[in-house]
Amino acid sequence: MITIALSKGRIFEETTPLLAAAGITALEDPESSRKLILPTNRDDVRLIIVRASDVPTYVQYGAADLGVAGKDVLNEHGGEGLYQPLDLEIARCRMMVAVREDFDYFGSIRQGARLKVVTKYIKTAREHFADKGMHVDLIKLYGSMELGPLVGLADAIVDLVSTGGTLRANNLKAVEEVGEISSRLIVNQASLKLKRTLLQPIMDDFAGAVERRKRA
Amino acid sequence: MRNWLLPEYIEDVLPAEAARIEMLRRRLLDLFRVHGYAYVIPPMLEYLESLITGVGRDLDLATFKVVDQLSGRLMGVRADTTPQAARIDAHILNRQGVTRLCYAGSVLRTNPDGLAHTREPLQVGAELFGHAGVESDVEIQRLMIRSLQAVSVNDLHIDFSHVGIFGSLVKQSHLSDALEKALYAALQSKDQAAVKSLSADLDATTRDALCSLTTLNGGMDVLTRAAALLPAHDEIRQALNDLRFAGEKLLDLGVDVCFDLSELRGYHYHSGIVFAAYAQGYSGPLALGGRYDEVGLAFGRARPATGFSLDLRGVVTALPPAVQEQAIFAPVSDDPALQEKIASLRSAGEIVVQELPGGAEHRLELGCDRRLEKQGAGWQVVAAPELKN
Repeated sequence: MITIALSKGRIFEETTPLLAAAGITALEDPESSRKLILPTNRDDVRLIIVRASDVPTYVQYGAADLGVAGKDVLNEHGGEGLYQPLDLEIARCRMMVAVREDFDYFGSIRQGARLKVVTKYIKTAREHFADKGMHVDLIKLYGSMELGPLVGLADAIVDLVSTGGTLRANNLKAVEEVGEISSRLIVNQASLKLKRTLLQPIMDDFAGAVERRKRA
Repeated sequence: MRNWLLPEYIEDVLPAEAARIEMLRRRLLDLFRVHGYAYVIPPMLEYLESLITGVGRDLDLATFKVVDQLSGRLMGVRADTTPQAARIDAHILNRQGVTRLCYAGSVLRTNPDGLAHTREPLQVGAELFGHAGVESDVEIQRLMIRSLQAVSVNDLHIDFSHVGIFGSLVKQSHLSDALEKALYAALQSKDQAAVKSLSADLDATTRDALCSLTTLNGGMDVLTRAAALLPAHDEIRQALNDLRFAGEKLLDLGVDVCFDLSELRGYHYHSGIVFAAYAQGYSGPLALGGRYDEVGLAFGRARPATGFSLDLRGVVTALPPAVQEQAIFAPVSDDPALQEKIASLRSAGEIVVQELPGGAEHRLELGCDRRLEKQGAGWQVVAAPELKN
């Protein structure tokens, strides 16, 4: 039995064509079904629907063999016990530092000021600012990061930006890129070794589909 | 204060499981003994510098530290027994030929680790010093397989790699330390996209070789593919030959042999073949090992070395639940015939529990399924379903 961990929404939608390329179709739609384990057309493959940030944990502990997780989530998790063989190039966006329109980010860096930063991505943010030699105080939030600088909670935010619409609507501007984000196929290390004959064809089909989409 | 609480990732091992772990530990030590591996008991803690040199270089943050009140120096609680075995071989035994050592004991880690996600793995392992050839690697690998089979883990999958392949690519193209580190991390997670972008500025041969490492995993055919895809340096050719030799020497043990050339575990101190054992039901490796020549240099004498270790607490996680061994119940009595019977049963290895006065009410807690019953002048063992809990 192969278990694939996916999160609802964008990742599930964009993974569906890749699964189809490997001959796997979910028999139920996670948006309408309340089931957390979804059967597929193949008896030996099932999908589990978990929170995006939990996907690496399920795969690390071997509760799922394969999973699809954003690079943002993987960086926070640390990637221990996982292989990340394939960049699926889906759910693409960028991790950015953003501040209020009227805030002089680079000026404050030059002064060596200690910035307050709100983010959901504590580890990624810590590493980013440490690499730059900047002192920051990180405040963990679980959502609506954009509010932080507006209500005086923080000077800057570190968050995912895809179109920049939310930033503009809240009078924020992106000032620095932390990294490019896309989703990865992740594999439990022991599963790849013990179930190679089952997993390798799926991984190859995924890789083929990614390659074809790139050329199209 | 809730004084009965334990720190996170620290646990008691309770009767049935503890009995099984101890039985398996003895079985492993007996196996090592008949293979000529001498048992050593290194100390639980020693000066930090000796623990985190050589094989222990990656262990600094994993090691609990205390200040020695006698010398004022920093001491570490061992996080791995291998550096201790290497120290014993290099500087204490001082033999010129081959030395075989084995050990079994708890180690402490600051962070939970391994299959049991514990901070206190029960590490059992064997090390072979003083032989540089692949034959000693094979000896250790065979011992590892026999050990796992002895603790009833079957259908083993042995995964091989050789750190010399990546090492040779790094050396030939004079990579910077930073790039070497980044490539190492990318290869460990088989992150092909990252390997590709990190090696973009390297010469085509090295770039292609590095990218192909992420896909060079599978059965014996991997070695043939590797010979075609990787540059024909002497070091790489030798590594592939050694891998083939070792792989073929294990086939008679009924294990599945595979190769994964991007596996670089312990790249900083390993110097040759590295290997790991996997089995169904376990979400990670059960036992790990590899060659670590030159590590003894930190203790005054460079010696070729290879070895393996496993965590017994991890190994039992996927075995069927341990069952408490059932005992024989003996009543309160000072009949000499009863005492004699009890002694003879005990010397035959049976568990005999004699009730203490006033214990009748909690008899079921004793874990007995048979009882001693007076029949004529003597005592006989009879089934006692009424005592079963």
